[in-house]
Amino acid sequence: MRVLVPVKRVIDYNVKVRVKPDGTGVDMANVKMSMNPFDEIAVEEAVRLKEAGKAEEVIAVSIGPAQAQETIRTALAIGADRGILVTQEGAEPLAVAKILKALAEKEGVQLVILGKQAIDDDSNQTGQMLAALLGWGQATFASKVELGDGKVTVTREVDGGLETDEIKLPAIITTDLRLNEPRYASLPNIMKAKKKQLDTVTAADLGVDAAPRLKTLKVVEPPKRGAGVKVATVQELVDKLKNEAKVI
Amino acid sequence: MGILVIAEHDNQTLKAATRNAVTAATKLGSDVTVLVAGEGAQGVADAAAKVAGVTKVLLAEAPELAHGLPENLAPLVAELGGTYEYLLATATSAGKSLMPRVAALLDVQQVSEIMSVEGPDTFTRPIYAGNAIATVQSSDKVKVLTVRGTAFDAAPAEGGSASVEKIASKGDAGLSKFIGQELSKSERPELTSARRVISGGRGMQNGENFKLLEAVADKIGAAIGASRAAVDAGFVPNDYQVGQTGKIVAPDLYIAVGISGAIQHLAGMKDSKVIVAINKDSEAPIFSVADYGLVGDLFKIMPELAEELGKA
Repeated sequence: MRVLVPVKRVIDYNVKVRVKPDGTGVDMANVKMSMNPFDEIAVEEAVRLKEAGKAEEVIAVSIGPAQAQETIRTALAIGADRGILVTQEGAEPLAVAKILKALAEKEGVQLVILGKQAIDDDSNQTGQMLAALLGWGQATFASKVELGDGKVTVTREVDGGLETDEIKLPAIITTDLRLNEPRYASLPNIMKAKKKQLDTVTAADLGVDAAPRLKTLKVVEPPKRGAGVKVATVQELVDKLKNEAKVI
Repeated sequence: MGILVIAEHDNQTLKAATRNAVTAATKLGSDVTVLVAGEGAQGVADAAAKVAGVTKVLLAEAPELAHGLPENLAPLVAELGGTYEYLLATATSAGKSLMPRVAALLDVQQVSEIMSVEGPDTFTRPIYAGNAIATVQSSDKVKVLTVRGTAFDAAPAEGGSASVEKIASKGDAGLSKFIGQELSKSERPELTSARRVISGGRGMQNGENFKLLEAVADKIGAAIGASRAAVDAGFVPNDYQVGQTGKIVAPDLYIAVGISGAIQHLAGMKDSKVIVAINKDSEAPIFSVADYGLVGDLFKIMPELAEELGKA
């Protein structure tokens, strides 16, 4: 079985994001970029399936600028077998899903494992859209994946607790935080990753129109909270909550 | 051309989240239809018909719709979608699973977690864990939206008198099966709609110590939440998690106990009206968003707080 894992290059999760003064977006200059954390979990899960002898090949794909090659190399260092870069900047989830559909069909994959959301635009759409376009089942927010014969049983993190669904293969899985703990790539594996195959294609090569449907009119900072006060005792806290804030 | 809101329910009760989406819908127009898809869900449809602002309820009942599997529900919503201008659901785990699947079937780019309606095709939404707010304009003919529940007050549960019309399911897609669920049982208010929330973090040290929070929660009728660190460490179940990728809450009072305040956690609670932080580290980032901060040992403070609240 062949597994496809999309990986997105995003601002590192530890970076404090700053909105540009002209309101056109956030400041990306000289900011540390990393693989979207949920995608790292997806790569780890796919590599574990391969190590368990359940998958033959893991293909990492990134859709973005030329620098997204670094993100693919990270996936290759974790253990993906080869990479594909689709050079297309600013693709929205629907366009990304269309690109992934074309690749999934071309590569004959049986399983696509994606992060449930990217921590830059927080859309939480791509996996579900891809499942719709392919006509496959989807298991979102996975915290446990058990691959069976022609099916996959997935425990999902839902609002009320946990839900278990059985999805027919081929299928889409999106990862939640507690699916696994991604490994650190070892230095030898990072070196090996540099030699792995990495192909580059464009959205047009795949016959996908990636024109955006949404227009961002402006980006602003959220309203700031006023500075609070420190209280010295529990009695003072309860008094403030009762008589000043009036919330209890 | 009207607005279709997808109801969130468990075949027994209409979840409050649905009423948040109804309020968002009423900002877009006055013709608001609610779709209740399930099995044995007539009671839910009747409840939806009473929600203020709802003009019509569609009820689809079939075994394959019983658990809201998106593979079976999305084709039905997408088919209805052609006759509506807006399709809405609240951004719960169910809404997040379903709506992108619907959007893709309609060849529409969804707008996720809208916080306000700025015009017929223009919405604000949070990006980067709420550290930036984007105003986006959709060029799609049908708008598929998920709604951030905390950004819209719930429509009153009473006041409407909509008609209920039955429609047919599109059948079982045969792609997925519901096996089971483990739902956390609690007598406390539901986390996302509670007016008061008390959350614990890594500083709680173990799950047993969450009893200290429960004692305080009991005094003020609060729901209990947690940071990702506390969930990852296994102190409490996943559905307690508040944050960028967990639940978004905006209660009148949020008490953060032993939570350092990573931006991912702040993303889930910083719209709360009053925030209290209790932490032994006076430099913890949580204090930068707290209205009231108390520096000290939570194991000493929490019993004191429970006692003080008990005096009333």
